[in-house]
Amino acid sequence: MELLYALTLGVLTTCGVYLLMRARTFTVILGLTLLSHAVNLYLFASGRLVAGAPAIVGLSQRSADPLPQALVLTAIVIGFAMTAFVVVLALKAAVELRNDHVDGENPEEDRA
Amino acid sequence: MNHALILPILLPLLTGAGQLLFYRAPFALQRLLGFASTAWLVLMGIWALSTAGSGDYLIYQAGDWPAPFGIVLVLDRLAAIMLALTAVLGFCCLLYASSGTDQRGAHFHALFQFQLAGLNGAFLTGDLFNLFVFFEILLIASYALLLHGGGRARSRAGLHYVIINLVGSALFLIALGTLYGLSGTLNMADLALRVAEAPPEDAPLLAAASLILLVVFGIKAAILPLLFWLPRAYSAASAPVAALFAIMTKVGIYAILRIFLLVFALGESPVAATAWGWLWPLALLTLALGGIGVLGSDSLRTLTAYLVILSVGTLLATISLGTAASLGAALFYLIHSTLMAAVFFLLADLLGQQRETGYDRFSATGPIGHRWVLGTLFFVSAIAMAGLPPFAGFVSKAWILQASLESAQGLWLWGVLLASALLVIIAASRTGSSWFWRPGDMAKPYPLERGPLTLVSIMVGLNGLLAIFGDPVMGYLELTAEQLRAPGGYIAAVLPEVGISLEEISP
Repeated sequence: MELLYALTLGVLTTCGVYLLMRARTFTVILGLTLLSHAVNLYLFASGRLVAGAPAIVGLSQRSADPLPQALVLTAIVIGFAMTAFVVVLALKAAVELRNDHVDGENPEEDRA
Repeated sequence: MNHALILPILLPLLTGAGQLLFYRAPFALQRLLGFASTAWLVLMGIWALSTAGSGDYLIYQAGDWPAPFGIVLVLDRLAAIMLALTAVLGFCCLLYASSGTDQRGAHFHALFQFQLAGLNGAFLTGDLFNLFVFFEILLIASYALLLHGGGRARSRAGLHYVIINLVGSALFLIALGTLYGLSGTLNMADLALRVAEAPPEDAPLLAAASLILLVVFGIKAAILPLLFWLPRAYSAASAPVAALFAIMTKVGIYAILRIFLLVFALGESPVAATAWGWLWPLALLTLALGGIGVLGSDSLRTLTAYLVILSVGTLLATISLGTAASLGAALFYLIHSTLMAAVFFLLADLLGQQRETGYDRFSATGPIGHRWVLGTLFFVSAIAMAGLPPFAGFVSKAWILQASLESAQGLWLWGVLLASALLVIIAASRTGSSWFWRPGDMAKPYPLERGPLTLVSIMVGLNGLLAIFGDPVMGYLELTAEQLRAPGGYIAAVLPEVGISLEEISP
């Protein structure tokens, strides 16, 4: 399970960072989303991966660490709000600047 | 338990929420609410300064959950200084905004209060994850404030600003996850103890986490490779917002002080040593780049943005010298530079409105109205900014240079700091002569609003007062530096049951 988890994290982060480097706002936002998924999974794993253990002490012999789960919930909420904001901002910028380049102007298109 | 300590966070948060609820009520009511809340924050700041001045730590345990299980708020001298500075700066910006800027978009006052709540929370919290949450609160308020008023330049700058800060937040969470995975706690005091006792095989991971945190705070504070978002964002924001943002880079500096002088500072070979090693050269380069940027900028707002960068470089270089005197000097410079950066952002707007063409761009050479009054104000502010006597800039720079003599590296700081100061003087005198000296009088000057003019003059006057009362202020800051260098006191206050030696540390 650990190997699969680590591989998933790696793939998500790689894709996220690659998309972040792109020049269009939409792909950048996709990259941010993937990166925040990777980060949330990473936070979750910081309490160690255990299967079949509830996050309440005393319900079973083993129990999972509840704190990372609370942290991930907070991080998901904040990440969701930020993504919504950046989508609106990108739309606003695309309408006002008449293109979706991250710099607000596309050197190649403008020259043509 | 003293519940007053949570007021600096709750009061602006509730005020902001109320302003959102009653946004259909008359605009004057929103303004009044904003003023009342911010004025109360100024009083709270004075209270915090006097309470923390006794040298005790004031602890607030949210929900009465004892540390390290619950979230604690901690008031020490550093937090009190930052609270008071934020409140005074916020009040001035709000006054300036009330001359009309606040009506150019929706919800200015509510966003302003949320921004203050986030700032105060970041300064008070004693929990690393809580610090992340308050960072997000102040950031999302700042995203919306930056865009206040609309326009193409703001959309462009806003996109860069938001994206780089979102990446910063992701990195922050990665560092937090690593720290929690290694130590099992996020309370700063508890974390400091666990990091100090960590087995040697964890050291590389801890160092990695500390460096990721340095990158995160470096984005906020605008250290050299991470500062290129700042000039565009700060020069695109409306004047009172940019003036409030003068404190935003200082949040990064505050976090660096708090984390690297507490969490990673204990133990036989402190984890923070790696970060301090990076900070010194980067800070000097930031300082140099700030000086060059000031000379090369094309408008007064961009010039001021580079002044902010210059002040960040100066601050971090002085802090990384690590002596008690240098920490105190850096804090004095922090107060001075925050005030003056705000003054210059407001001045750029004040002067730009009176110019016939070009707003605040240097390429325009048209005449300016009321040039005697405005010219005098600009002259006095430029003297205060460049660090010439009789203003606080001179006192702080003299103190920094004196403190840096104690260490061998200090001579580097002398060279770079004095060269940058010279560049600032050249840039300021060039601006002054081309705006006020060369062009003649304007035939029909625009009417001069007295309110903003008086406000900016008072802010420059405050800077003068800081120099006049330099002695007690310096005394307070020296005690603050001593408190910062002895993190044992902080840990003992948060975790009373843990015995800890109260020895001094040095970065």
